[in-house]
Amino acid sequence: MSMSFALLAIVLLAAASWWFGRQRGLAFQVATQHSLGSVHSLPGYHGVWVALVALLPALAILAVWALVKDRLIATEVLNALPAGAVGSSPDEQRAFLSEVRGLVVGDYAAAFNPHAATAARLWVQAASRLGWMFGSAALLSGAMGAVYAWSRLTPGFRARTRVEKFMLGVLAAASIVAIVTTFGIVASLLFESFRFFQLVSPIDFLTGTHWSPQSTAHAGDDASSGFGAVPLFWGTLFIGAIIAMIVAAPLGLMTAVYLTQYANPAFRKVAKPVLEVLAGVPTVVYGFFAALTVAPLVRDLGISLGIASASSESALAAGLVMGVMIIPFISSMADDALTAVPGAMRDGSLAMGATPSETIRKVMIPAALPGIVAGMLLAVSRAIGETMIVVMAAGLAANLTANPFASVTTVTAQIVALLTGDQEFDSAKTLSAFALGLVLFLVTLLLNIFALGVVKKYREAYD
Amino acid sequence: MQARIRLRYRKERAFRALGMVALTFAAGFLLFLLVTIVAGGWNSFRQTQVLVPVTIDATVLGVTEAQARANPEALVRANFLGVTAASAERAFGNQAAIVSEGAWLAVRKAVEDDPSLIGHSRNMWLIAASNIDQLAKGRVDIHLPEADRPVSNSEIVAWKQLQATGKLRKVVNLTFLTGADSIEPELAGIWGALKGSLLTMVVTLAISFPVGALTAIYLEEFAAKNRWTDIIEVSINNLAAVPSIIFGLLGLAVFLNTMNMPRSAPVVGGLTLALMTLPVIVIASRSAIKAVPPSIRDAALGIGASPMQVVFHHVLPLALPGILTGTILGMARALGETAPLLMIGMRAFLTSVPSGLTQPATVLPVQVFIWSDDVSRGFVEKTSGAIIVLLALLLSINGVAIYLRNRFEVRW
Repeated sequence: MSMSFALLAIVLLAAASWWFGRQRGLAFQVATQHSLGSVHSLPGYHGVWVALVALLPALAILAVWALVKDRLIATEVLNALPAGAVGSSPDEQRAFLSEVRGLVVGDYAAAFNPHAATAARLWVQAASRLGWMFGSAALLSGAMGAVYAWSRLTPGFRARTRVEKFMLGVLAAASIVAIVTTFGIVASLLFESFRFFQLVSPIDFLTGTHWSPQSTAHAGDDASSGFGAVPLFWGTLFIGAIIAMIVAAPLGLMTAVYLTQYANPAFRKVAKPVLEVLAGVPTVVYGFFAALTVAPLVRDLGISLGIASASSESALAAGLVMGVMIIPFISSMADDALTAVPGAMRDGSLAMGATPSETIRKVMIPAALPGIVAGMLLAVSRAIGETMIVVMAAGLAANLTANPFASVTTVTAQIVALLTGDQEFDSAKTLSAFALGLVLFLVTLLLNIFALGVVKKYREAYD
Repeated sequence: MQARIRLRYRKERAFRALGMVALTFAAGFLLFLLVTIVAGGWNSFRQTQVLVPVTIDATVLGVTEAQARANPEALVRANFLGVTAASAERAFGNQAAIVSEGAWLAVRKAVEDDPSLIGHSRNMWLIAASNIDQLAKGRVDIHLPEADRPVSNSEIVAWKQLQATGKLRKVVNLTFLTGADSIEPELAGIWGALKGSLLTMVVTLAISFPVGALTAIYLEEFAAKNRWTDIIEVSINNLAAVPSIIFGLLGLAVFLNTMNMPRSAPVVGGLTLALMTLPVIVIASRSAIKAVPPSIRDAALGIGASPMQVVFHHVLPLALPGILTGTILGMARALGETAPLLMIGMRAFLTSVPSGLTQPATVLPVQVFIWSDDVSRGFVEKTSGAIIVLLALLLSINGVAIYLRNRFEVRW
């Protein structure tokens, strides 16, 4: 029995159980002449409860089947083949089985191993037989569950309470997904980084200034050299925290000031969506634009300034475009912070004769500073985690330079470079991507915690 | 005193102008970006075709008309490539590269529709090669010295001749809208990537919407204020700030290497993006649920509804527009996401349209990335064309979200 057929049968069974349960509930209502309170639950709840009791064991059995399917069939096929048909080492067996699977699915027309065709036939037979076994077991247990649940229904049966308890369980389970994801991120980053740090010392990684992991990809070489990540950290800070913020901080702040303090509502209504569109453009589009349009302009500018080393993959091009990308981010955070400043402070300053700009610079911005600073920190955390712009526009040369026209590389660009293309999963080269990811994760996490802390600590002052 | 006031007023005007400059810069940049991309990309929706007298010779083809009528399958393996190449050579001599390498597909289509063409000659409009296409669209500066431009002098001569004799025409580029990736720019299409995107989004939506909405309901309506709930809230807020590439690393380490799911498949991409979108949906849904006034809950409880009934019969329907808007915005973000999908191998070069959730696929933003790596002039145009499609899709999705918000959102 195929998986989809079994699923369909179980769904039908559940629907039937629901109907019978509901009919029983309706019958109770008729039997008690609809007198209030004599049947505990509405008929629908009886139906849902019966369906649930049918569904859960059946789905559990199907899930077990899906998990053990391949292993079970493989063992059976290998046992059924004549002795010596396949080598006894696990590698040989795995290669043989993948060949057989290819035959079964139809990926291969013929196989190399003469026994594979026999094995493929056995596989199909075993799959069908075991499938029927598990499928009927699932259906049978579902049907038994339904009958049991149906027979337990009485007018006083607390079907609603039970169904609601189940739903509460589902809600709680959904909320655990977030924890599991966080745990999964931390665990996988830590685990792979730990393996990396067994090959390369963490001190070399965090303080070394020479990054060239490609050259040490072969086993046997000195694996610990070429993994000094300082140039990457510098490149990331240079593009994301320095150049991008030089562009975005004043522009974002002034945009917010203008929109909250000067612009009339009609203008705001037009300008806000423009910023929202700017925030909604996919980063790959910014990357394409940076690489194709901005980078040549920057290079020409560099050459006209007399910088011979101006590269077409420059830190400046990537940083500029990234800065524009985070303008809306800073602007909306600063907007919130400025709006939260009590109007009395502004009115007081204006009443003392200060001009609006003096009020903004000397009263509004200092009052909103925690929020603005937090916004900037969050923007930095976003900029250093940004990937596509730097992959497409900043290049892969790990230079430790402060020349904005030179090519630098970043943590994210290197992660992409290390993990795309052919990869052997155990090499120090691929594992180093996870170590970089761990650093990136920790830094963005700390920036966020710090930013939220700043907001929390100083916000109450004006409430 | 007067002078000082004038100075202060001048400063005031300067400050105000500064704000305007900042806004103009942002808007100007957006405009510059859009104009550059539309100007570079709209040509990808048009295709140059060249008129070629095609002689379908049964001996070159290897299939006779009778055979083709008896067994249409025979045409699949017939030598249309040879027929087309021979016809192009007869028409243009050593300039046969005027016709695209994929032009034989059109010839086969014509013969499949009408087998009586075998053994006859007919004028057909065939796809032009990329260089001719770029020349016809005026995308090449022909005044540059030959070494500095991608097309040769002889190609320019051939193009001018074709143009003068009316053997070139420009039509809507169906190949671009219906095809998958190809090595030849004139044969590359976005439908493969678009369908990959749709499949991925289906998985993302199927997981992140129910899980996100249920999490929000749990946290807002049922969760007790205890340490466990705090842990859930902290992890959701942190996940919202984690760089997207980290989710790609998670997908690579967990889904591919631990759970052995298929590489490059929409189901893995969808799962990864679902985890990334989840916090966005939870946060939006929570504020939508919070906005439902307590009086509604009190009224329902007052007439005897159980807490679960209050939530699912009264609160959820009222909060649904807000939840849906948040979900759509989260989907729009996932649709434009590239980096995590690169990690799980969705940058494969695929010349066929993906047919299922476990087939190798790529998505629209990744297709943009792949094409942007290609230096040939024709692919620059295709990249911009794919970006136009992506932006149009995102704009319409956001439009739907805004419409939903305005149409159904109730403010109490």
